Amino acid sequence: MTLPIADRTITELGELLRTRELSSRELTDACLSRIDRDAGRLNSFLAIGAEAAQRAADDADMALARGGAEGRPLLGIPYALKDIFVTRALDDAGQDLPGGLPTTAGSRILEGYRSPYPSSAQERLDMAGAILLGKTNCDEFAMGSSNENSAYGPVRNPWDETTVPGGSSGGSSTAVAGGQAVFALGTDTGGSIRQPASLTGTVGLKPTYGRVSRWGMIAFASSLDQCGPFGRSVRDVALVLGALAGHDPRDSTCVNTPVSDYATALTGDVKGLRLGVPREYFVAGMQPGVETAVRAGIETLRGLGAEIVEVSLPSTDRGLATYYIIAPAEASANLARFDGVRYGRSAAAEALWENYTHTRGSGFGPEVKRRIMLGTYALSAGYYDAYYVKAQQVRTLIKDEFDAVLETVDAILAPTSPNVAFKIGAKVDDPLAMYLNDACTLPVNIAGLPGISVSCGLSGGLPVGLQVIGRAFDEATVLRVADAYERAAGFADLRPPTAHA
Amino acid sequence: MATISRDDVQHVAHLARLHLTDDEVDRMQTQLSNILDAIETLRHLDTSHVGPTASVIQLENVMREDEVVSGLTRDAALANAPLRDDPFLRVPTVLQEGR
Repeated sequence: MTLPIADRTITELGELLRTRELSSRELTDACLSRIDRDAGRLNSFLAIGAEAAQRAADDADMALARGGAEGRPLLGIPYALKDIFVTRALDDAGQDLPGGLPTTAGSRILEGYRSPYPSSAQERLDMAGAILLGKTNCDEFAMGSSNENSAYGPVRNPWDETTVPGGSSGGSSTAVAGGQAVFALGTDTGGSIRQPASLTGTVGLKPTYGRVSRWGMIAFASSLDQCGPFGRSVRDVALVLGALAGHDPRDSTCVNTPVSDYATALTGDVKGLRLGVPREYFVAGMQPGVETAVRAGIETLRGLGAEIVEVSLPSTDRGLATYYIIAPAEASANLARFDGVRYGRSAAAEALWENYTHTRGSGFGPEVKRRIMLGTYALSAGYYDAYYVKAQQVRTLIKDEFDAVLETVDAILAPTSPNVAFKIGAKVDDPLAMYLNDACTLPVNIAGLPGISVSCGLSGGLPVGLQVIGRAFDEATVLRVADAYERAAGFADLRPPTAHA
Repeated sequence: MATISRDDVQHVAHLARLHLTDDEVDRMQTQLSNILDAIETLRHLDTSHVGPTASVIQLENVMREDEVVSGLTRDAALANAPLRDDPFLRVPTVLQEGR
């Protein structure tokens, strides 16, 4: 069965664009009409720039007509940015740029904010010739696992509109799953790309910490945050990573190491690779259907000639506690900048002190306040050593265990999420139950490693993700394993019901 | 069991410059206590011989040439300010009598 234009991969669409069987304008219009039809209901977008996208698509078509696609696989491909990336909306005189999109981070405190500068991600994708369609909904300041913490309402999963699309990059996962954008960017601090990819049957890659610039990405937890792509195939995310990766002097943590040609790493061959399966990732509380699908995925890779070995990461169950000290501590410091003076909402109180406390009290939502409180507590006098230093020590243990295991295996296989998409509202009153969604993804952020989620089929009609974790800066092997799996498994063409409506 | 009092919650909210309603203080007291209980598990782990990790990458100072480059213009930097009095940001009263 041939999929509609809006639901195909970059690889297929790029070929049609190069041969001029399809124009970028037609493709962009196909995405925009899907947005028009579904985005309101699914609440996946916070800002849409239709006219600017159409103009950019017309420019891309002129470049394509001149043969400009050579070495530019994203030329003319429409995409969406999580609304945590700033997009330039003001000129040097501080006036609105035509077509400039606002940036909210999913928060009331930034309602109406127009950035005077672009994020590195936007700049690099612009250079690559990709077409920005709009900004996607997300959990407020990327804090959440269900997209229910957005100040602008929850996003619905196109596979079942009564369920969540995962979070915090839930608008991006929904846009890619639902044919509203060919690819999208998200950010991943504890699983915010991989978990929503798992819940929507898309591919989501968190690169190594330091692989992609964080400039212009509104900071949540600076030692954990990383930017990465959602796509409909492993090859697609490899192509987007190729455009994003590389040194940026504006981000002091963006490492100056060579960038591989990720697409050429996708040989389809995993013979002789040693892949570790950590027993601690198959825990009580995991849905049986998820375990079945993930185990079957591991067998598929064994069938392809990979050597599967059981490994142990004993500190895995310390990950959650470690993360919920480090991430809120860093967040409480990062979010101190929202003071109602330089930008964003202001409570307009008569005295400065009240202006701070009321701006922040009314501008931040419940989860953000919870994390600011938790982080401030962990950093406060008398608790700093017991919580913050302790968590940093356990971080060393977790990282060392990963490093030791990755000396004996080429990559690690695990579930992405212990469960499939759950009902909207099911976990909102229980922060700890919500935090458990990321138990299999957040250790990877703590260790700073690359990880990908690739669809390994359905359980009860909802997608399940297989996670591949690799050595630092070895995205090539992670992508190679995921791609070989994807080709053999045959789930890459699964699309939600909205694609066929 | 971590015990967080209402006073603790209000003290931390003060440090965080966060106004909380009475309801929020109540909710925060319960929720923070539950979360801290879950986090307490780390306490029993012996880490006396483990160094802390603040960042997973080894950072080195990077020097650049001392050259003037263009940055944000003043107009662009001020454009989002809730209160401005060009070419300045305007802030509410900082010092009040009796405080």
